[in-house]
Amino acid sequence: MIEFLLNGQMEKVDQVDPNLSILEWLRTKMRLTGTKEGCASGDCGACTVITGTPDRDGNIQYEAINSCISLLGSLHGKELITVDAFQQEPGHPVQRAMMEKYGAQCGFCTPGIVMSLIALHAHKEGMDPNDHQLLEALSGNLCRCTGYRPIIDAGRQALVQEWTPEPSHPAASLCGTSANPELAGIPGGSVSSGTTDGLRYDAPATLAELRELRRNFPESRLVAGSTDLALEITQQLKTLPHLISVERVDELKGCAQEGDELVIGAAATYQQFRGPLSKLWPAFDPMVERLGSLQIRNRGTLGGNIANASPIGDMPPPLIALGATLVLDGPEGERRLPLEDFFHGYKQTDLKAGEFVHSVRVPVPAANEQLYIYKISKRLDDDISAVLGAFRLTVDNGVVADCRLAFGGMAATPARAHKAEAALKGQPWNEASVAAAITALASDFSPLTDVRASAAYRLQVAGNLLRRALLASDANTSEPLMVTDYA
Amino acid sequence: MRKLPLNTPTPAHSARGLAGHSAHHDSAWKHVSGQARYIDDLPMPEALLHAAVGHSEQAHARILSMDLEAVRACPGVVAVITAKEVPGHLDIGPVFPGDPVLADNIVEHIGQPIFAVAATSHEAARKAARLAKVEYEPLDAVVTVEQALEKQLFVRPSHTQQRGEPDKALAEAPNRLKGEQHVGGQEHFYLEGQACLVEPTEDGGMFVHTSSQHPSEVQKLVAEVLGLPIHEVQAEVRRMGGGFGGKETQAAPLACVAALLAHATRRPVRYRLSRADDMVQTGKRHDFYNTYDIGFDDDGLIRGADLMVAGRCGYSPDLSDAIVDRAMFHADNAYYLDQARVVGHRCKTHTVSNTAFRGFGGPQGMMIIEQAMDDIARHLGRDPLDIRKLNLYRPGRDTTHYGQTVEQHVLAELMETLETSSDYRQRRAEITAYNRTSPVLKRGLALTPVKFGISFTAKHLNQAGALVHIYTDGSIVVNHGGTEMGQGLYIKVAQVVASAFQVDLERVKVSATRTDKVSNTSPTAASSGSDLNGMAALDACEKILDGLVDFASKHWATPAEDITFSDNQVIIGGLAVPWETFIQTAYMNRIPLWSSGFYATPKIHYDPETGTGRPFLYYANGAACSEVVVDTLTGEYRVMRTDILHDVGRSLNPEIDIGQIEGGFVQGMGWLTTEELVYSDEGRLLTTGPATYKIPAVSDCPPDLRVALLPQSPNREATVFHSKAVGEPPLMLGIAVWSALRDAVASLTDYRFSPPLDTPATPERVLGAVTAGQHWLAQQKETA
Repeated sequence: MIEFLLNGQMEKVDQVDPNLSILEWLRTKMRLTGTKEGCASGDCGACTVITGTPDRDGNIQYEAINSCISLLGSLHGKELITVDAFQQEPGHPVQRAMMEKYGAQCGFCTPGIVMSLIALHAHKEGMDPNDHQLLEALSGNLCRCTGYRPIIDAGRQALVQEWTPEPSHPAASLCGTSANPELAGIPGGSVSSGTTDGLRYDAPATLAELRELRRNFPESRLVAGSTDLALEITQQLKTLPHLISVERVDELKGCAQEGDELVIGAAATYQQFRGPLSKLWPAFDPMVERLGSLQIRNRGTLGGNIANASPIGDMPPPLIALGATLVLDGPEGERRLPLEDFFHGYKQTDLKAGEFVHSVRVPVPAANEQLYIYKISKRLDDDISAVLGAFRLTVDNGVVADCRLAFGGMAATPARAHKAEAALKGQPWNEASVAAAITALASDFSPLTDVRASAAYRLQVAGNLLRRALLASDANTSEPLMVTDYA
Repeated sequence: MRKLPLNTPTPAHSARGLAGHSAHHDSAWKHVSGQARYIDDLPMPEALLHAAVGHSEQAHARILSMDLEAVRACPGVVAVITAKEVPGHLDIGPVFPGDPVLADNIVEHIGQPIFAVAATSHEAARKAARLAKVEYEPLDAVVTVEQALEKQLFVRPSHTQQRGEPDKALAEAPNRLKGEQHVGGQEHFYLEGQACLVEPTEDGGMFVHTSSQHPSEVQKLVAEVLGLPIHEVQAEVRRMGGGFGGKETQAAPLACVAALLAHATRRPVRYRLSRADDMVQTGKRHDFYNTYDIGFDDDGLIRGADLMVAGRCGYSPDLSDAIVDRAMFHADNAYYLDQARVVGHRCKTHTVSNTAFRGFGGPQGMMIIEQAMDDIARHLGRDPLDIRKLNLYRPGRDTTHYGQTVEQHVLAELMETLETSSDYRQRRAEITAYNRTSPVLKRGLALTPVKFGISFTAKHLNQAGALVHIYTDGSIVVNHGGTEMGQGLYIKVAQVVASAFQVDLERVKVSATRTDKVSNTSPTAASSGSDLNGMAALDACEKILDGLVDFASKHWATPAEDITFSDNQVIIGGLAVPWETFIQTAYMNRIPLWSSGFYATPKIHYDPETGTGRPFLYYANGAACSEVVVDTLTGEYRVMRTDILHDVGRSLNPEIDIGQIEGGFVQGMGWLTTEELVYSDEGRLLTTGPATYKIPAVSDCPPDLRVALLPQSPNREATVFHSKAVGEPPLMLGIAVWSALRDAVASLTDYRFSPPLDTPATPERVLGAVTAGQHWLAQQKETA
């Protein structure tokens, strides 16, 4: 059985189908139809809801998520807040502003947009709300009618207004004034539930329990934020018989420096590790901001992005460029390997039966080390990369002392450009050396043509990204080099 | 008889929310609180079944066998039907035949429904539909426009509009340029996918809840597939979660399938498409291949033009005849072509049948002349804006290539105003200077006009009906044939009614569109919603008012000319009677408090034989000035600023109109930039969801967006309160972004080379244009 609060009311759900999404449960079981399905793939945001998750200190972290690709089982011990909590006029300042600014036309995307903005509004204490945060909060909400201007205006208006609900308001907990005692009463520890026809959902609370489950059920599937796995359910219509969630395993959620390495737990979400990682390596921040949407980054994890082994996952190339170490765990215990050795082929990894990703160890910067990360996609927000280039360079007195060039989208796995690296190493860091490296890239990679880009474009851009890095490294350049820098 | 205060401005002291004032969408609170019901939100009727279809996996093939045993055996499945189980018409082509509701024997595109399943859950139906074993004998498949042109494969005959002697003019022109372009299609991506709920009636008919722009067609086609008279089927549309043309004809097939399953099971059936199925199974905007051959003098004035537009229609005619017609009608955009020929081809391909999409072919037609404008400017070393202004229709040069005279010359002044308000010349100079020194980023600027013809080109569709009821408490309901898809039609018509009676807007409610209230309605399309239905509602009000004034004159013994309606009162000589008291009195005196209204657009005609006529009552106008920045290393770009000035006549609701303009612009920008439909060589759509098909997201909205309505510009035609249609025209404002991208790339060659840039202008295509410019430069150096 799982227990959680739905708009302030305790819900206890028995016989949890591991394939059941929060959206499906809301709409078909509860007939709460305010939350919409626009794509069932986490790309449009019409299904946005807010979850409140108690952290280790008991504070509730409220986050906007895509309910269409989040599993009901993941709600245990949390609060779920949906648009249905906001049906009393005059409503939340976000709702008023959306009306006053004409932010809704057909209205179908609107509940999701309202929930994204309410989640942002809940965080506005102690922050100076600006357009950057507003756009980030809305990056996962598609609207086909308005062109967004009135929605942005509504966000600006609402963020400078206070919301003071009655204590009895179903979403009053968002204001942090009335922590719900019922939430604290939900039992901690591991969760296990299943259906009468043998489908099973496990969410162990400790590493030891996770190892045990993996030993006993090596055929089970691991799930963290389900931002990719759930697509097998909603798009391919698969029935997954047994899911084991790593979400409740605290040992996998850390993000802290140990010596000269930052250790990021496999179950840490993008939003959890983005800050610490970007503090060490600032190049990550703008890239992570364009990795999925905020809803995705609130659920997706580093372990998922790696174990998924997609050739277009955005985290592996920069981590490979940095020479990060992957820590695997499982019934046979822990082992470590360089991240780049983890990927064997398209969607194939070094994971053995029962193993799972434990953490990633990222080296801290050494002297003269520079990291450049460039993501290329058709659309700036929430798009999968056509090419991602990540370059770690050590330039001493104008000479490339060391470099690691890693790419996504150029091969069946995230991969280093060894020949291009060789062409650069020991050479002056200038246009001629970069031109030689670009020539070498063509023998490093034979990329594919697919819906995102042609092979020719991928090769041309991959090379030009090295040129961009060269221009960016010029301390005398103050001109913006990327359209995202241009204001 | 009294005359209505028709076409007069709202009085200074008046009721609230009348036409001319901004008023919120009638469902605004329901939208923001999640209480607005769409089809899938309706309460589930007892014994509800859910539908799904199995569809063709071949672009063109003969079905040799179809084994549906595994489908039938799937848990939850209640019924499976094929073409053989259709009691009435199999063909549901909306205008011309060619669309079987379920394919029989031959399939003509990947995604074509071949059988349908009803099951106890949405999931069960979808899973079962995937289990069929179908054997195909593949036939030759044609996928692209070029392949169809080569094989002369058309869904409808080609058509030519000609004025004067273009060949002679071209031969004699001092300058002559030729060009070609591929203009991509577009997925509607309404956030609410196609959906309907069909319930059998006690008479053996059907009641259809549908998310459709054309409930009357849904009604008619459901009746036909069941072999019933139309009156046994009724359709209701409360609202759509977006339409954009994608629910004009494309909603009916779902309703027909659901009705067939409801007929087979005698149970209610709900049918909604998953996003991927929606993208694969339903039609989109036509992609076009266009060419131009243009002669012009040394100032850039066009002397003659020979234009060709060819649309990919897919496997059946659907609305493609009219869509390619509209592309032809707009191949001039706002420019006098002088001696001109426009040829339009309706190419048949074995892909989904393409359909209406905001602009209805007009945008694709305009693209060829806008490319030519840029190219002429580069050829002559002029600013493209000067070439555009020079060639505008103006008095004396005011007849289109299809013989309609442009009567309202709005654009010259509108463009001048926008040129000034957007600081075009100063920014042009700044940008040129910036581009000389900036190593990687290049900026581009363009100001492009839109002239868009308003009226259905199928003349009979230019009619509308409405019903207005006043209840004894003075509250009012209006019902009309138009549908609400977010564009604010309901609130605009309510404002028209409130204005007619001079009562507060809150007194007027618009009820769901239903075929048993107003019959034989036209689709809500062609931007015509408020023009047609607003006028029909006004007609109904006028009839009621006539009776009320007549009554009041007798009852209070006051001359009719001394009776006026103002600020929720009826002023009868020196007496002011509150509206509700007046209505109560009229009721007690047995005066009719309801009426129907009707409107048929005057003046319009078109002869397809000669390719001439006046297909449009008037033109809507606008212009946009967009500035972009392009990364010449990657082809990435952003739109930094857009200024828009748009002509909506005398606006019925300025905020709603601005919403249409901004939304249309961004949708048009998306069409021409990031929205890419990718098909395999076999005709399979590869971009089947928002993960791969990228409509504009929030950061794509220009950070500096300045939109204004052209002031003091009442429509000179007698439209409702002299307003102008606004639904489609702003989409084509997005062309400014595409032209600005070309401008940025042209800076690499000091604006001497006009780079080719097919659409959508993805970063890849923009980098391709950059590379073409660099090659041109290298060639120049070689020859120098």
